[in-house]
Formats: sequence, C-alpha cells, structure tokens
Amino acid sequence: MSVLVYTENWKGTFRKSTFEAVSYARKTAKLLETDVVALSIGDVSDDELGKLANYGASKILSARGIEKGDSQVAANLFAEHAADTTLIVFASTYTSKMIAPRLAAKLKMGMVSNVVALPSSITPITVSRKAFSGKAIEKVVIHSEQGIISLAPNAFGLVECGGDCNIDEISPSEKGSVTIEGEEIASGKISLTEAEVIVSAGRGLKGPENWGMVEELAELLGAATACSKPVADIGWRPHGEHVGQTGKAVAPNLYVAIGISGAIQHLAGVNSSKVMVAINTDAEAPFFKAADYGIVGDAFEVVPRLIEEIKKVKN
Amino acid sequence: MNIVVCISSVPDTTSKINFLDNGSTFDSNGIQFVINPYDEFGLTKAMMLKERIGGNVTVITVGDVAVEPVIRKALAIGADQAVRINTNPKDSYSTATEIAKYLSENPADLIIAGRESIDYNGGAVGGMVAEILSLPFVNACNGLEVEGSTAKMSREIDGGKENLSANLPLVIGGQKGLVEESDLRIPNMRGIMQARSKPLQVVEPSNTDCLTNSEHFEKPAEKSACRFVESGNEAELVQLLQEEAKVI
Repeated sequence: MSVLVYTENWKGTFRKSTFEAVSYARKTAKLLETDVVALSIGDVSDDELGKLANYGASKILSARGIEKGDSQVAANLFAEHAADTTLIVFASTYTSKMIAPRLAAKLKMGMVSNVVALPSSITPITVSRKAFSGKAIEKVVIHSEQGIISLAPNAFGLVECGGDCNIDEISPSEKGSVTIEGEEIASGKISLTEAEVIVSAGRGLKGPENWGMVEELAELLGAATACSKPVADIGWRPHGEHVGQTGKAVAPNLYVAIGISGAIQHLAGVNSSKVMVAINTDAEAPFFKAADYGIVGDAFEVVPRLIEEIKKVKN
Repeated sequence: MNIVVCISSVPDTTSKINFLDNGSTFDSNGIQFVINPYDEFGLTKAMMLKERIGGNVTVITVGDVAVEPVIRKALAIGADQAVRINTNPKDSYSTATEIAKYLSENPADLIIAGRESIDYNGGAVGGMVAEILSLPFVNACNGLEVEGSTAKMSREIDGGKENLSANLPLVIGGQKGLVEESDLRIPNMRGIMQARSKPLQVVEPSNTDCLTNSEHFEKPAEKSACRFVESGNEAELVQLLQEEAKVI
C-alpha cells in the first residue's frame, strides 16, 4: 500500500504548496506505515522531480505530455495508478480542484477538502477541515477503504527529511476531451493563495494611482498584493487580486489590510490568516474586531512611515 | 439548448453560525437562506445564454421542502422550471450521484454548478457529476461562450487564466467572471408572480450510500481583542510583528 500525492508544477517548477502536500503525505504515510508515491503531470526535469525526495517521496510517476487543464485524462491516469493506494493527497490548487472530485467519483473514494490537520485516526481515516468559510471546523470520517484528502492553503507547512527516489515515466492511455488554447498570466509575482504575507488595500486609497505605496510595502515584505471587492469591481485593480467571499480565499501568516472596512464578505476570505493588521481612519471599522493589530490613522501618512520603519529593520 | 443549473440553498454570508446537539447539526434557527453566490453567477449566465441563442433553463437542487423558497427565487430570476430531489444532502458523492442520475435520464447540453458552496465549501459536486456522466469538466470557470456545439471557456489559474475549449455537453464549476456582479438579477414582481406557477418537479432520491460522514462541528477559538498602536508609532508595530507575532 502507499500514499499517493499529486505534485503540481508551474512551467516546470514546483512551488511551496506542492512540497507541503508531499510533507503531509509523508507524515500520513508514517501513520499508515507505508511509503509516499508522487504523481507529476506535465514537463518537469528529473532534477526538479528529485526535489520531491527531500520531502519524503520515495517513488515518482512522471507523466510528461499531459496538460493540467484536462481533468478527465488526469483523473483516469491517477485511477490507473491508485490500485495500491490507501490515501491520495492533493494541495489546494485550481487544478487539484478539477482532478480530485473526478477521481473520488471514479474510484468511489470518500473525499475531504479544505483539510487543516493530520488525520486524528487512521481506522477509519478521520480528519478536520474548514467549513462555513472558516467559521467552523468540521470533523469528517471517510467510510470507503481508500480516501482522498485535499489540503487547505498554507495549513500544514514544510517538513524536509532528505532521501532518494526512483522516477518512472508513465503516459495516459487515451486522448483528452478538452483543448487548451493557451494562458494569460497577469504577472509573474507571488501567487496569492500560497503567499506568506499579503498586503491588501481597499477603497480607502481613493484611486488606482495611489497603489505605489502598497506595492512598495509588499515588495519590502516579500508579499503578494490583494484588494477588496469594490476596488476590483470599479477596475482599480485586476479581478485576480480580489480576496473575499466571491474572490480568492487566502491564509497567509500575515495579512495587512489598508483602507479596508472589513465587510463580512471580505473577512470570510481572509479570516484564516494567522495574523491580521488593519490600518483605517475609522476606529469603528469592523476590521478592527477581526484584526490582531491596528492603527487608527490616515493610510497616506501611516503606510509611508511603516515603509521607513521596515526598511530600518530589514537593513 | 438545454441548460441545467445546480443550485444550493445556503445561509446568507452575514449569518451567525451555530451548531446544535453537541456540535452534530447546523442550527438553522433564524437563518436567512439564499442561492449560493457561485451558483447565482451560473444562473445569470444561463439566462444570458438562453436570451442570446434560445433554449431552456432548469434549476436542480438536492434538499427537503425547506429549500423551496430558494428554488422559487431562482424561478423568479428567470429559470423555466425546477427539479428538487427530495432528500437532505449528506455528502458530496451522494449529492452528485442524485443529480447525475436525473441528468442521465434527462440529458442537458450544458450543466452549470458553482465552484463551491459557501456553507460546506466542499467544491466537489460539479466534478463528481462530470465524472459519473463521463463529461468534460472545467472548474473555477470565469468565462464561457457557446458557438454551435462548442464551448469556449477560461478558468482561473494561479496568477492568471487558462483558455480552453470543449464540445458540448460538458460541466462547469462557475465563479465571478462568468458574469459580473452588476449582471446579477433581482427578481421583479412579474417574475415573482410567474415563479409561483412554473413547474417544480419533486423527484424521490435513489438513496445512494455516502462515502464520508460529518461527525462534529466546532467553532474556532475566539480571537483576542485587537491591539492598537498609535498612529505615528509605526516602529512599535514593526517591533510587535517581529518579536511578538514573529511574522516578518
């Protein structure tokens, strides 16, 4: 038996969320007294695949020549290699969210998404997950013999262990049902869903021309930039930056909210952040009820001073 | 074109979430239920497609009689008819199986689900329906146009979007971008009156087995109160973030 983990790459490179999923798979494999097998889709070099061993993968199945967007082919390929598997682990990525449910239905494997911790029991597999947009933690039992776990973003962390692995080339046995026409990447910056620090701003900034200080602060902190819904809706910032109920749900270590009042829809997308800082002129802004630290003040004065203070400690 | 929109009745975002019976069941007392926001984007897109190329829009939901007000709202927005599968949803797989069973007997050209529901956040039903029916599936779909028997779509990926195409029939998991927030429709009086007489078919469930079981809910620990730093004293904030919170 084994724990199988989907290892997603972005243009041939693995990201933190992938290593996090392998780390989780290894810890779970220990509980189940078995090994970790990684399945990689797309063109990844052997050097890059070898990095998975450092987080505990002992065998890698590499399927070059499959495109991530074709969930039907990907799920079928997983199914062909899942016979010997107790558990399949997915990171929280857009592609995982296409493959995992298909695979679950195909193999009748109980699937639990948004998982935030290691299984509390392995007979049967029992895990905790986030529900109600982070307003509740739900404990779920998987009844089927094999199960699928899909992790919540930034919920687990990386565990390096060193080690070696074998790489086997595999290929799908059928043609795809979806044609990938190409992609449009907004920026090469840090991905919001796996960013450790996010600097986010709202209507309090008064106009798109004022985002320079937000970007400067983000760059200093190695952070991704985000925005509130109204700001994306009026076109000050791209839709891909919108965090909240109908945008992206994020879970960084630090979320800095500048000029965002903290509507419940916004908080629903950010309340899994470990530490939140709010900067707002209005002392009654609801964000201060959710924040860990707050400054009541004008963003146009506070943020430049904050940038200077951070420069001091970074030097 | 036959379009089926899968909708879920969910607590309004502003609801206070509580649980009964020692954390085993959701307390629906005093909760305002709404169409799941991701499904509402899909329903609006279905209406726009129907207006442009003609066709028929059916909404389908799995739930007991308590979800009917939300179904009527979908009909008031403009769906032509509704199907309610008469059982309380238990897990993603059994819910998807019930929907797929109806669709295998009543085929559709386009099946629109939401990316996830805002209550259980499972995000699995759309993909499972696609798999059971052996159809293509595009999730986090933020753009869709239909030309003849082909759908051109985009889906959200990290840092951008991917453009795809596939032949109908297919399943999508929709989100914002499919339509904009400003495109969403509020039912008018005429729509509400018409909704009362539109067909709402109640289908008995096939009682599929569940693969997972929800054991227990609890609320996360309350956050401690916000610690305020005086404006002008940003150095103190930086120190707190470094030494107390250890996040920078």
